Amino acid sequence: MLIDWFTVGAQAVNFLILMWLLKRFLYKPVLDAIDGREQRLLRQMQDMQAAQAAAAQEREEFERKNAEFEQQHATLLEQATTEAQAARQQLLEAARAEAAALRAQWQEALDREQQSLSRGIATRTRQEVFAITRKTLTDLADTGLEARMVAVFIRRLQALGMVEKVQMCTPAGQKDCQVLIRSAFLLPPTEQAALTQTVQSMLPIQPSIRFETEPELLSGIELISNGHKLEWSIADYLTALEASIGDLLHTLTPPAAPTAPHPEPAHV
Amino acid sequence: MHLSSDELIFWQYGFAKLNLTIVTTWGLMLALTFGAWLITRKLSDDIFISRWQHVLEVIVLGVKAQIEEVGLSQSRKYISFIGTLFLFIVVSNLAAVIPGYEPPTGSLSTSTALAICVFVAVPLFGIRELGVLGYLKSYLHPTPVMLPFNIISEISRTLALAIRLFGNVMSGGMIIAILLTITPLFFPVVMNVLHLLTGMVQAYIFSILATVYIAAATRGEGA
Repeated sequence: MLIDWFTVGAQAVNFLILMWLLKRFLYKPVLDAIDGREQRLLRQMQDMQAAQAAAAQEREEFERKNAEFEQQHATLLEQATTEAQAARQQLLEAARAEAAALRAQWQEALDREQQSLSRGIATRTRQEVFAITRKTLTDLADTGLEARMVAVFIRRLQALGMVEKVQMCTPAGQKDCQVLIRSAFLLPPTEQAALTQTVQSMLPIQPSIRFETEPELLSGIELISNGHKLEWSIADYLTALEASIGDLLHTLTPPAAPTAPHPEPAHV
Repeated sequence: MHLSSDELIFWQYGFAKLNLTIVTTWGLMLALTFGAWLITRKLSDDIFISRWQHVLEVIVLGVKAQIEEVGLSQSRKYISFIGTLFLFIVVSNLAAVIPGYEPPTGSLSTSTALAICVFVAVPLFGIRELGVLGYLKSYLHPTPVMLPFNIISEISRTLALAIRLFGNVMSGGMIIAILLTITPLFFPVVMNVLHLLTGMVQAYIFSILATVYIAAATRGEGA
């Protein structure tokens, strides 16, 4: 008999025992170790992927910040350039304004100097004219300038019309008449008396006459009464003379540099 | 000369006996268990592992892959049974290189015991997956007319499993023994190598057929 049934049973039991033993000592530990390793590798791969994702995110963040920085840098550079150009333009404008102010100041000083010079020339001219006239009249006609001027002034007063005389000393609601006679030189008593007599004789009411000396007066004699002024003047002659001298000065004055920051005033 | 190691009895008490087959099986069980314990007591789930752990992982994963290739996707449920079948038969057959060793698989009692284990395990796995009715319905597949043929097939394939393993292993040992008496110098060595190959192939065939039967039972496809 090839089959021994006791051995069959024993071998079946042996097989079951071996199956349990190998499951306990072989399959389960080995498969658990493999599973553990796979889990560990999976975790490591997940960690690595997470790290890669974090690195990619950080890189993206870095690139974004870098781009922002570049853009900010370009913006700041452009802003600085614009501000520098604006400041340059402002400085140029300020310099131009300062130059213009200096030029205007120089021009004003020049004008003042010209006016001062003109006044000096006018005063000197008048004095010279009066001195020459006085000397000429004394030497050639044996008469004084003041006397001739007073005589001429009296003749002009007498030549006034009736209407002008009435307007000169008939103010509304006033019964007295104030007359002021101003002259560039001190009138002698005889001329004052002649003038007083002439004025009193030509006016309808008795005026109170007052004499004043005004050295700066260009005219020779003037009469002021109630807003009316009557003068005998050499102002027209002097104005023509001043115009002639002014033209001469203008011709002699060199043209000023337009952008000269510190022009020197021209002295004539 | 004896055909089976069952005939060499060391101890007997009535029906119970202790023959060479049982003793050799115990020795193999001890070697397998001790070897597995020796290696697996220092298992590591790290990336760097010992060479012996590599060997065990190759064996276990190889068996697991074979089971999955046949169609049992949940291979962990079946690896204890099928893997033990394979390892026991392989070690039994390969140990034939040891002089004086007689493989227990060369005993019809052992191969019958293994075939009976398969015969019992197949419906158990099938019932566990499909339930009792679901599994019994598989005998009516594809038509109820096939019921007797399916039952006959169930028995005959179990018988075939037992006889195939026994015949191949026993014949290999027998041929070597006969050749030793005729041409004792060179030819038995070649035959011994061939016998190792045959033993390996038989272990593979036995375990893969068991896997196919279990796969068919768990899918309800009948015998």
